Amino acid sequence: MTLLTAVFAAVSATILWYFKDSRNQIKLGTLSLVYWGAALMWMVDAVFEYAELGMEYFTPAPADMLNDFFLGISVVALGLVIWLALLLFCDPKGVIRKALRTSGNT
Amino acid sequence: MACFVVPAAEAVVTTVVHKVITAKEKKKGAAIVSGENGVVKSEKLSFSHKLKWLNNMLWGGSALLAFEHIWHGEVTPWFPFLSAANSASDTAEMLHEMSTTGVAMAVLVTGVWLGMTVISSVIEKRPVQEMEGKKGELS
Repeated sequence: MTLLTAVFAAVSATILWYFKDSRNQIKLGTLSLVYWGAALMWMVDAVFEYAELGMEYFTPAPADMLNDFFLGISVVALGLVIWLALLLFCDPKGVIRKALRTSGNT
Repeated sequence: MACFVVPAAEAVVTTVVHKVITAKEKKKGAAIVSGENGVVKSEKLSFSHKLKWLNNMLWGGSALLAFEHIWHGEVTPWFPFLSAANSASDTAEMLHEMSTTGVAMAVLVTGVWLGMTVISSVIEKRPVQEMEGKKGELS
């Protein structure tokens, strides 16, 4: 479930980057790479787990599924927080610099 | 248990390599600028730019996986920071996981990045197409 959530987040971020931010002005490309990195790593984890559990891997207990989904959503939220921090720090459109100068002059 | 440590270690190495290559490319760029009346037009992505993709995937993936390990109580905020380091048998299991799952993660991410660089090089060689496609062609 965590893997699926990460894959959906990666695909969504990539589509948004392609159509809205192909110059990576608001760093959606970076966000998509962060999610793709995590998705690939969880895919390896899933393969090893499948090798260990076999078909049981595809029939998780509902409580485990819910917990994994909760974890997946939290991971997506953390990815968004990392992206936002990076965006505000890099300030590609100069919004923060402008705001700081304006508040400094008043 | 601590599989994310392997891609994180690779991320440290690739970040250092990225810094070195960026500095070299800047020097090279400066040489070109001084040699061609200050006009530089690069149509291809630099290697440092492509290496940044790998950095982002490795750092981002490792960070999100580290969060998962905190969630499961495998990473603790106190020494030795990994719950598996408390007993010898757990440590052995952790090292085994790092050498199998962790290495596989690093290899897969690097492999995907290599694929991305090859595909981007192919795309860069394509002629720039007009946005308005010909009739009957898929855009």
